Amino acid sequence: MTIETEKKAIFTVKDLQKTFRSAEGQELVVLEDVNFTMYENEIVALLGKSGSGKSTLLRIIAGLIKPSNGQVLYHGQPVTEPVQGIAMVFQNFALLPWLTVLQNVELGLEALGVERQQRRKRALNAIDTIGLDGFESAYPKELSGGMRQRVGFARALVVDPELLLMDEPFSALDVLTAESLKGDLLDLWLTKRTRTKGILFVTHNIEEAALMADRIIIFASDPGRIRAELTVGSPLPRNPQDPHFRKLVDDIYTLMTTSERKRVRLEDAGSDFQKMGLGYRLPDAEISELTGFVDALASEEKTGPVDLPLLAESLHLEADSLFPLTEALEILNFATVSKGDITLTAEGIAFANATILERKKLFAAQLEKRVPLAKHIRDTLDNRPSHRESEDYFLRELEEHLTEGEAERVLTVMIDWGRYAEIFAYDYDSGILSLENPK
Amino acid sequence: MSNNSYYAKPQGKSGLLLNQWDLIILVLFFGLLAALVWGAQQMSAPYQLGSHIPISLDPSMLPRYAISTVIRMAIALLFSLLFTFTVATLAAKSPRAERFIIPFIDIMQSVPILGFLSITILAFIYLFPGSQLGPECAAIFAIFTSQVWNMALSFYQSLRTVPKELNEAAAMFHLSPWQRFWRLEVPFATPSLIWNMMMSLSAGWFFVVASEAISVNNQNITLPGIGSYIYLATAQSDYKAIGYVILTMFIVITIYDQLLFRPLVAWSEKFKLESNPDTYTETWFLNLLQRAQLTHYFLAMLKRLRELMTTPLFPKRQHRELPPRVRQALSWTAITFWNSALLIAILASCFTLGRYIYTEVTFSEVLHVFWLGMITALKVGILIIISSIIWVPIGVWIGLKPRVASIIQPIAQFCAAFPANLVYPVIYMLIVKYQLNVNVWSAPLIILGTQWYILFNVIAGASSLPQELHLVAQNYGLRGWLWWRKLILPGIFPFYVTGAMTAAGGSWNATVVAEVVNWGGKTLHAVGLGSYITEQTMTGDFARIGLGIAVMSLYVIVINRFVWHKLYEIAEERYHIG
Repeated sequence: MTIETEKKAIFTVKDLQKTFRSAEGQELVVLEDVNFTMYENEIVALLGKSGSGKSTLLRIIAGLIKPSNGQVLYHGQPVTEPVQGIAMVFQNFALLPWLTVLQNVELGLEALGVERQQRRKRALNAIDTIGLDGFESAYPKELSGGMRQRVGFARALVVDPELLLMDEPFSALDVLTAESLKGDLLDLWLTKRTRTKGILFVTHNIEEAALMADRIIIFASDPGRIRAELTVGSPLPRNPQDPHFRKLVDDIYTLMTTSERKRVRLEDAGSDFQKMGLGYRLPDAEISELTGFVDALASEEKTGPVDLPLLAESLHLEADSLFPLTEALEILNFATVSKGDITLTAEGIAFANATILERKKLFAAQLEKRVPLAKHIRDTLDNRPSHRESEDYFLRELEEHLTEGEAERVLTVMIDWGRYAEIFAYDYDSGILSLENPK
Repeated sequence: MSNNSYYAKPQGKSGLLLNQWDLIILVLFFGLLAALVWGAQQMSAPYQLGSHIPISLDPSMLPRYAISTVIRMAIALLFSLLFTFTVATLAAKSPRAERFIIPFIDIMQSVPILGFLSITILAFIYLFPGSQLGPECAAIFAIFTSQVWNMALSFYQSLRTVPKELNEAAAMFHLSPWQRFWRLEVPFATPSLIWNMMMSLSAGWFFVVASEAISVNNQNITLPGIGSYIYLATAQSDYKAIGYVILTMFIVITIYDQLLFRPLVAWSEKFKLESNPDTYTETWFLNLLQRAQLTHYFLAMLKRLRELMTTPLFPKRQHRELPPRVRQALSWTAITFWNSALLIAILASCFTLGRYIYTEVTFSEVLHVFWLGMITALKVGILIIISSIIWVPIGVWIGLKPRVASIIQPIAQFCAAFPANLVYPVIYMLIVKYQLNVNVWSAPLIILGTQWYILFNVIAGASSLPQELHLVAQNYGLRGWLWWRKLILPGIFPFYVTGAMTAAGGSWNATVVAEVVNWGGKTLHAVGLGSYITEQTMTGDFARIGLGIAVMSLYVIVINRFVWHKLYEIAEERYHIG
């Protein structure tokens, strides 16, 4: 296929580490031991679950955040602030609402000091290329999401960047618009109508990465680090119906699910002992979704493992949107996941066949057995003479392990599960958890 | 498609250099220019402390007086904007400055503005000896203090809530700090700033009228303007003059409302991140401006100017950072210097204030002043409650009918802008003539100008209740008191709190004027802190003026913190819809 010439590197990430200080003063590691190089003429995808630190890595590469340790070398020079030659496209477009499309696209050129006539010419050219011809004098509020992102692309491409960074650029768009935009972007890339030498994008969508990237870097979370690197052999553009494509998605799925499981549990032959700590980042899985998912699994005809990507497709969901649910079910031991397949456990099958009230009891039993935080909250409430405790107390405990935002999120999930399981009650107004029935 | 066939005005149509809209604008513009020139002449006329500035009650002088008043407002606004852009920006960018500036502004907001006036006027007269600029500056300073804190806080708040992505985009595209300020931060802050500016201006009419005629140190200083006119008219019990001045002010406020307030607020919609199409406001003046050719030329000229200002003069260099040791040392010295300066300033001011007041007034008098403050606080509280009971139901009724609301709400905003002190003489006359109890009957004056804030905020709240909530109420047969308690009152609560908070603040300021009744040379004093301050101002007893102001500020600060902030928090936390 291609002759292996000396590949020129655009940038290198060396021994990168990023830590944040939590509200309680603890050091939380967000990124650890990240090493990779990006070469010219390739599209690289950073793929990982939400919260795995990939957006942080992107911002460090862009120069918006400084790493705690290690560095990013752009053409040999360390990156400490945004450098010329790198442009970025944002998830929520980041257009200035008071400027027209033309003015928004010109913004970068204006900041670089390009004079007026030149600026206008280049901007009109970029707008033309991206397919927004005719909308130069429109304001962002007049445009749909897809068109706004096109403006974002035009703005980034007009400064002729060497490296284009994209932060989940299609996740705020509906499926059809995203498809159209992805196709146009690939078109621009393959016909070399831009001078961009490399594209690095962050995504949580497996199909998107498989569709567009030459290289896929798979991220693990807690702390964020590179789990695997996949080089995709098939040339762009790719056909999603192609069996090779489906196999690729499957492989990625397996890679993303298998190692995670090994990290969560320490198999201690037969025992249910878990190494899960109090500060485990519970997945964002709502009770109604969980029960619906279990029902969907149970209604599958076969009793053995169910292929996850296929299941996602039949439920009309993105493959990665199942991750929080599968993780939740694994934590509660209602299902096991291996090699991209999911199987209901005995408890899971019992849950599926139970009535509404029985389900609550089963859920409560598993919750207290498997989730240390739930047991801790219940124990604390039991031991208090008034059987009441404020959420701030638990928040403070969680903040020893997590950032403020994460602590709040985890507690919210916990309260949602706990209320369903009826192992404690919660009063929103006062923020008190208790063992009382609601008044 | 050909290369330059992008969407643009069809070339043929713009043959005429000017159109009919331009004519109107030209007329307005030249009129404004003439007024400004004339006003400037008047303001720097010679003046000696103790001499009398002649005010005529002749109605033909009214337009001139009105222009003078307006010019004072405009100058104060300019200074407010200057202060906002410098001080508020500093507070937003530097955490150390923030720790000092924001509490400072918070406290200044609570100080009675007219209380300031008596002290600053003499200072300004000494600054500008022999010229009328002295009292003019004092009046302008009073108006400035009525507008600036609100605007500064809103700007500061906006600067701190710029969406993260927009900041990142600005950084990625290498906008210099200056460019970032004018292209991102100021436009982002504009909707809120303009709204607060307009609210402050509306409140400001009250203060400009009150500050044009001041009795300080047993002298009457009257600046040519609406305030002095009405002062003289009340002193001479001239009914007709009062009628004329109310009419003039009506015209002035209408012009302000139609040519400034509404068009600016409508224009600022452009800067909102998410514009709700339902609340899109149209104004005839803005449409006029947008259709006129002149505006486009003017804007193009402004754009060139801005480009000149924001184009980087020198090629951008990647700046190298100072080594961490140097940075550490620098920040240490800065912190110590700053902290010690602050400490010295605080100690010095406490000492001087304490000593000054202590040597001049007795402890029992201090208690007495606190007692007066309590009475005024009770008055304000009761009046807020009464006007709430009256206006909340009416406001809700209006707010639930969109067509009525769209007519009445502007009227209510107009009423809020109209300076209530012009209507006071009518009540004064009634009190003196029919020998009514001055304590009871001067009280409604306090709330006269500020009750409108409650009304139009409640209207806004009622009209923004989601339709589905009403449908649910209908569906479940929610009626009568239950409907009020479960749906309407909680629904409008955040808006009500905003309105009541503003009304209360304005009322405290109004007490300085409203608690002293004079008509036809007769002066009656109601019991309260406002009249205490006015009395002391008239006799020129500065220690007691200071005491009165300090006590009133204390009351306002305490009530704000323990009542309004709490209510506001509850409103935000619990009753916020959406």
